[in-house]
Amino acid sequence: MSKIDAMKKKLGLKKKAKMALAPKRLAKKSSGTGTTKPVKQADKAILRSAQESKGAKPLDGTKGLPVSGSYRNDLERVLDDKNQANKNEPKLSRDTLLEMYRNMVLTRLYDERGMMLQRQGRIGFYVPSFGQEAIQTGTAAALAKSDWIFPSYREPGVFLYRGADVYHMLCNLWGNSADVCKGRQMPVHYSFKELRLFSVSSPISTQVIQATGASLASVLKGEKDIAITYFGDGGTSENDFHTGLTFAGAMKTPTVFICTNNQTAISVPSHKQCGAKRLADKAIGYGMPGIAVDGNDILAVYNATKEAVDRARRGDGPTMIECVTYRVGPHSSSDDPTRYRHEETYEFWKKRDPIIRFREYLIGKKFWSVKEDEALTEDLKAKLADAVERAEAQPPPGIEDVFNDVYAELTPQLLRQREAMLEEQRLRGEFENTSVAFPL
Amino acid sequence: MPNMTLLQAVRDGLMTEMALDKRIVLMGEDVGHNGGVFRATEGLQKEFGEERVMDTPLAESGIIGLAVGMALNGLRPVPEIQFMDFIFPAFDQIVSEVAKIRYRSGGEFTCPMVIRTPYGGGIKGGHYHSQSAETYFTNTPGLKVVIPSNPYDTKGLLIASLRDEDPVLFMEPKRLYRSLKGEVPDGPYTVEIGKANVVRQGTDVTLIAWGAMVQVALKAAELCEPRGASCEVVDLRTLVPLDEETILESVKKTGRVVIVQEAPKTCGFASEVSALIAEEAILYLEAPITRVTGFDTPFPYTLEHVYLPDPERVALAVGKVKNF
Repeated sequence: MSKIDAMKKKLGLKKKAKMALAPKRLAKKSSGTGTTKPVKQADKAILRSAQESKGAKPLDGTKGLPVSGSYRNDLERVLDDKNQANKNEPKLSRDTLLEMYRNMVLTRLYDERGMMLQRQGRIGFYVPSFGQEAIQTGTAAALAKSDWIFPSYREPGVFLYRGADVYHMLCNLWGNSADVCKGRQMPVHYSFKELRLFSVSSPISTQVIQATGASLASVLKGEKDIAITYFGDGGTSENDFHTGLTFAGAMKTPTVFICTNNQTAISVPSHKQCGAKRLADKAIGYGMPGIAVDGNDILAVYNATKEAVDRARRGDGPTMIECVTYRVGPHSSSDDPTRYRHEETYEFWKKRDPIIRFREYLIGKKFWSVKEDEALTEDLKAKLADAVERAEAQPPPGIEDVFNDVYAELTPQLLRQREAMLEEQRLRGEFENTSVAFPL
Repeated sequence: MPNMTLLQAVRDGLMTEMALDKRIVLMGEDVGHNGGVFRATEGLQKEFGEERVMDTPLAESGIIGLAVGMALNGLRPVPEIQFMDFIFPAFDQIVSEVAKIRYRSGGEFTCPMVIRTPYGGGIKGGHYHSQSAETYFTNTPGLKVVIPSNPYDTKGLLIASLRDEDPVLFMEPKRLYRSLKGEVPDGPYTVEIGKANVVRQGTDVTLIAWGAMVQVALKAAELCEPRGASCEVVDLRTLVPLDEETILESVKKTGRVVIVQEAPKTCGFASEVSALIAEEAILYLEAPITRVTGFDTPFPYTLEHVYLPDPERVALAVGKVKNF
């Protein structure tokens, strides 16, 4: 039985008007018999986020830096300045912690490799996520395997943690015949349906409202899966951020909104992006908790996400989490951040590298050693090199593939256009590739 | 066979298919409790519950974006855009997302949905309740664009759209919602997407139209008969994919063609049909291809009867090509 058939059967068993719609489900809970506690918790969380961001002070070391607007003491943290955990340390096993660490290192190495391949002219474009590894891994680690993920284009670590094959991700960078997307998109626009990792789009924040819709569908089908979606500080200015949170708040959908506030939308700093002191405060207006965390503290990111995921899964609605970090690399392989970045701010964040902070925590707990770290890096580098070699060897898609997957079946128009193109090829020989390098 | 208005045929099509396919969820502004501002979804929430006929917040891009997520996760959403004039906030979701998801994911993800929207003038709606905006979407690969012209086709094309694996923009000619009645069979049936219909046979001139303009073309054909011109009328029914064969067959028979569209002239869909005929059948033509269209102006309020193609304007064009 196919998944759809199974679902149809499941839905068919229920009589009309029996599927549990979220607002009803929640309305029942808040009306009082027995299970009012979760709703109260959600309200409390809203209050907490509102109170804490009021009157918060810049954190040590940020005085005089433009970042102080975001990096304040209302951020939730687990790792202190010595990278030791405070009382909020999550109860994660050594294996899980090491898996998370491994994923952060792999993400960094993958990004370095992607940039290098672009600089060598072997791929056309790359978008690195340097400095944002804690957010990607910390959020992904808090999810169940069947939860839906609606990423932006700067989340390779989320794909890797969910289990996307590095080889297939690399094939996407070449857009070759082994690329899942068949070379239809620019590099880093991955898509892995089996892993419930939704196809990445370039227009900003379009995925935010889609995540709300996917999580609503889970509720309507009586499933427990939630949806998580990622966007940047610039993304919160977009229409689809607003609709995504408006609909989620009104319908109390099981959605988790992750704002990676890396303080820059290409070159525009976040204080020019929005008048709000704290982007997480926007959540209050949509009727959901807005939590702000230190985005370079993977354990704080994990805690906040876990709390939001649990809230969503038990039917208490959506959460927005603002993860404050800094993009220490370029926007993309075509960007030169030295044209616009504030050097002292850059230096400040460089020192707060999330991988170093987590490694020091793990070493402090005697879970990890410098020796093991070197071995891990060597091992991951070798695996990456092998995957690069295999991916680069794949041929491009056949030219007739340009017409496939526009519709379920080729329309008469597409059939005729394909025929004409093949005829053109017979007359002129191979099509000459005259594209120039991507300029942005 | 029951006699129904076009509006009742919409409702009947939705109700018939919703009973068969539990994945279908209707959604939009006022579609639930109120049954839609035109009453196209009247009583459906009572019949199927709030879970399958949902009132949404007032944001068109949100309605379509929400539908994308629902479709990806196995449902078959039917978002309604209350008037086509309000579809533009959702343009990005439709054009950048709905239309491209199958292609950009290498065929892995699909988002089949039927975007229903009333369109067109003749109801004193001014420029924000009257536009015929099909061309913005016919230039977007990945979407199908379906426009019925009568109650029978409305139900059949709507059910076909609900069963289609690709997203369909389903444009409903609102000036015909209550003014046009016809026989509509009980129960489910489909009218094939991508097939035009010759709704009147003729020998001298081919009139090509879609949606509300089909009635205008038919009335023009009646005016022309006593004036000595026998008109054939082709109802396109689907703009994408276009039934080129039926168009070309008729044009090759008559050698003269008038294309009638409500939308402004420049780059309207009539231009596409005109180019097709010029490319494929120019040697069969006895007269220039002629377009009768709305003007290249915003849609006017008081003077909409001057703006809109009517039977007399079409008949004048027929006279010109007949006597060329």
